[in-house]
Amino acid sequence: MTLSRGLRQRLVQFACVAIVFGAWQIGSTTGALDPLILPPLSAIVVQLGAVLRAGTVWADLGVTLAELAIAFAFAVAIGLPAGFLVSRSRLAVRAFDPLIAGLYAVPTILLYPLYLLFFGIGPPSKIALGATMAVFPIVLSTIAGFTHVNAVRLAAARSMGASPVQLFGRVLVPEAFPVVIAGLRMGLVLGFLAILGGETLTSNVGLGHEIVTMAESLEPAKMFAYITVAIAAASALNALTSYVELRGRRHERA
Amino acid sequence: MDGISVRGVSQTFGTADDPRRVVALEDATLDIPAGELVCLIGPSGCGKSSLLDIIAGLAKPAAGSVTIDGEPVRGPLPKRVSFVFQENALFPWLSVDDNILTGLAFQGAPKAERRHRADEALSAVGLEAFRDHYPHQLSGGMKQRAQLARALSLQTEILLMDEPFAALDEQTRLVLGEDLSVLLARMRKTIVFVTHSLVEAVFLADRVAVFTARPGRIKTVLGIDEPHPRSPAFMTSAKLAGLRNTLYELLHDEVRRAMATEAAV
Repeated sequence: MTLSRGLRQRLVQFACVAIVFGAWQIGSTTGALDPLILPPLSAIVVQLGAVLRAGTVWADLGVTLAELAIAFAFAVAIGLPAGFLVSRSRLAVRAFDPLIAGLYAVPTILLYPLYLLFFGIGPPSKIALGATMAVFPIVLSTIAGFTHVNAVRLAAARSMGASPVQLFGRVLVPEAFPVVIAGLRMGLVLGFLAILGGETLTSNVGLGHEIVTMAESLEPAKMFAYITVAIAAASALNALTSYVELRGRRHERA
Repeated sequence: MDGISVRGVSQTFGTADDPRRVVALEDATLDIPAGELVCLIGPSGCGKSSLLDIIAGLAKPAAGSVTIDGEPVRGPLPKRVSFVFQENALFPWLSVDDNILTGLAFQGAPKAERRHRADEALSAVGLEAFRDHYPHQLSGGMKQRAQLARALSLQTEILLMDEPFAALDEQTRLVLGEDLSVLLARMRKTIVFVTHSLVEAVFLADRVAVFTARPGRIKTVLGIDEPHPRSPAFMTSAKLAGLRNTLYELLHDEVRRAMATEAAV
């Protein structure tokens, strides 16, 4: 058979998903799988339709995304300027880069009990956790992006008379963009994970909170419907940031 | 005097107590009158590129001074001096056209003139058809022509070129050298051109400054008495071959010495 490589790759991917989902559907309808743990896919699809029609899921999703937006705004507002300032001095890079990388390795979730104490079980504690998680990749990538600016192009801009503002906006920022945007994407993903995790552990609102509530009240089909919504939100975020990155780097594939 | 005056310029890298301290350039003195094309040639590490950076105001000398039209150089002079680098000096995120327009914006050229000056520079190097291309879409030779266009659009009296064709293959280099000679003869700029190529130096220059091995000093200045623009016939002439051989004799021992010290380090 002469199928193109792309098509064969898609076929393999599709087959794998189909096998897993097929086994799941058969297992849970025949009773081989406990439907309280893994309800039939068909039941999840039905629940998803009901959940979307009822509309309460949008409020939960809204809470979670609002937490993420605020957490990400904090992380960017702190991470970008801090990273840029550190990148301006070789001593600061040598001193702070390993320090920040070391802190990055500390499991941030350990701060969560403290945040709950400070900010309560509502959204603020999730925002704090998400911001803490997101700020590290943003700072580190900002430092990396602004320290590895091409020296020849910098000299060229200076020789042509670029002012400090022009040097920043028209040379340094585009030079650093590919590395910084990778850090921003990573920050957004980690922030989303942290916020969902935080909601799952201790919360009174949000997507993560609803998912846990449904698991505890033995409504697995509804829980999976909510999980589907969470996955869709994560994919949409990923697509959005990927679009921003591609737009910023479109000259590379022109 | 009009032109570039280099007086007793030295350049060192590293502090005085650093065992790896390098004296790249020692006591260089050279006068380049307006309208002359001077090539700097010498073994690797002889400080010829350092001297160019100092003339451009991109680096400060450890000792000595450079004046342009009698005024000391303290930093980049974008209205009077433009610079062409060896490679990778175009902004990859901008088209050729936008690279030139951005250079003009950096220089502070009046907005109303920029479009016209960019068009003129593009046509001078024959890149009108490639104005919307990004640098990575161009061949090595075209990139250097684009960089030359960006420098020419600044309409400076002085043009500094740091091995602009070094990253290109020899055939492209020869053809670009011919084009450059025609172009520069028309523009009558003062040019300092750093090169490793003996033929390129003889073909382009009014005078060739030969550097010694590190610490680099100006060993001698060789005059090339041949009208501009230089023709392809000059490239194949016995005169060029003779001058090239003279240059080779002047450089040969220096290159050996440079290689020996490099091996010692």
